[in-house]
Amino acid sequence: MAEQQPGPSGAETYTGTTFAIEDEDHTLANSLRFFLNKNPNVAFCGYSIPHPTEHVVNLRVQTTGEVTAAAAVRSACADLKQVCAHVGGVFDAAVAEFKARPAE
Amino acid sequence: MPGEKKHKEKKKKEHAQQGLPEHLEKQRKYVICGPDKNYYTSTETAASEYLSLGVDNAWDFGAFAAGLSIKVNRMSEESMEFDLIGADPAVANALRRILISEVPTVAIEHVFIVNNTSIIQDEVLAHRLGLVPLNVDPALLEPKGAEDAASERNTVVLRLRVACRRESDGAVVNDVVKSGAFEWLHHGSDLPEETKCRFTDPAGQKAAFEGRPKPGAVDKGILLAKLRPGQEIELEAHCIKGTGREHAKWSPVATAWYRLCPEVALLREVEGEEAAELAAEADAVFGVGQGGKLFVRDVRTPAAERQLERVRRLLEQPRWREAIEFRKRKDHFIFTIESTGALRPEVLFKQALAILADKAERLEKRL
Repeated sequence: MAEQQPGPSGAETYTGTTFAIEDEDHTLANSLRFFLNKNPNVAFCGYSIPHPTEHVVNLRVQTTGEVTAAAAVRSACADLKQVCAHVGGVFDAAVAEFKARPAE
Repeated sequence: MPGEKKHKEKKKKEHAQQGLPEHLEKQRKYVICGPDKNYYTSTETAASEYLSLGVDNAWDFGAFAAGLSIKVNRMSEESMEFDLIGADPAVANALRRILISEVPTVAIEHVFIVNNTSIIQDEVLAHRLGLVPLNVDPALLEPKGAEDAASERNTVVLRLRVACRRESDGAVVNDVVKSGAFEWLHHGSDLPEETKCRFTDPAGQKAAFEGRPKPGAVDKGILLAKLRPGQEIELEAHCIKGTGREHAKWSPVATAWYRLCPEVALLREVEGEEAAELAAEADAVFGVGQGGKLFVRDVRTPAAERQLERVRRLLEQPRWREAIEFRKRKDHFIFTIESTGALRPEVLFKQALAILADKAERLEKRL
């Protein structure tokens, strides 16, 4: 799904990388961009969809040098998962609270 | 100048303790609605956004978890509305997009027409059938790839067989074909040679759908076609699992949307004649209290919501602009989900969350 741009070996040390994520769109890319921008170790993050009929997004990440770009994206993914899990828990509680509410 | 620098440092420290200065905090928190357009509509997400003020804008799960709250306003089998407070538009919009186009449902995909002498053409009828929401739980079916053979694991077969005739007393029967006329063929297709749909289990799908509603349309009263005496329709409809990304017929929601929570605030005390004038202009939003002082009512009532655009128009006048403010909380979403009926709205939202987490999970694993 995600491929780093072709380059010399040692891609894991790159601090600036464009990830081409296939079969994804604004849904994932914009969420990741939000979490990446919120990361103090990320100097720049943006994404684009090069062509509307091609199902791919290019996610550009440039870090300040403390972490690699791939590590920054991994941590954004982890943040997103954590948020989804937490929202799910709070939502369940809200639904349970609504069902327990006496009917008006 | 060293003295100036010291002063700046001191100021920076003050901000770090107290948060942002008032005007920046307001811009961060609210969309301010002007008479002709909205101001400060973007969300400030960069970690370094307020660094010069000593305020850290980096991601902080603890603060997010403490600030997040959800309140269900109404909920039924088909629709729900809830307040999602403390989330970011990136996540709220991702969930909305997933609800519309990525939560799977089951819909009619192949229609095999045996006979159709009605006035509605085969292709128009087939398209129409595809859009009928079905009460089949998508969890019971596997997705059917283009190369996969149709079987009991990925296909539900429905039959529609209606003939219109005139009784001896002149009454016309079956002149309208409604979605309740679908019959579920639990043993699979009656025309396996033509449809290439073969169920291997002789018991068919009976066991899989045990204790569930019989597969068919969610709403039995959808008009599919009209017939005259002597006309008939006989067809088989094969239903498979899919997502709204491929075709809107698989979208599990009529629509899912959110809007920001509106607020009206007083910037100064308004009383006397001015108060009476505002209360007369928008009586569901403003009230006059003791001593002729203006107060703002709850603006989430339907009556007040209808008057909010009237409040916006009042802001055309400079004298009201400095007295009242119409604004929207950037992190308070009023989220509405209208299901087509296959799944309950709260189930859809949970599935959307799971799909979003799964996207992140898959990407994380591939890096």
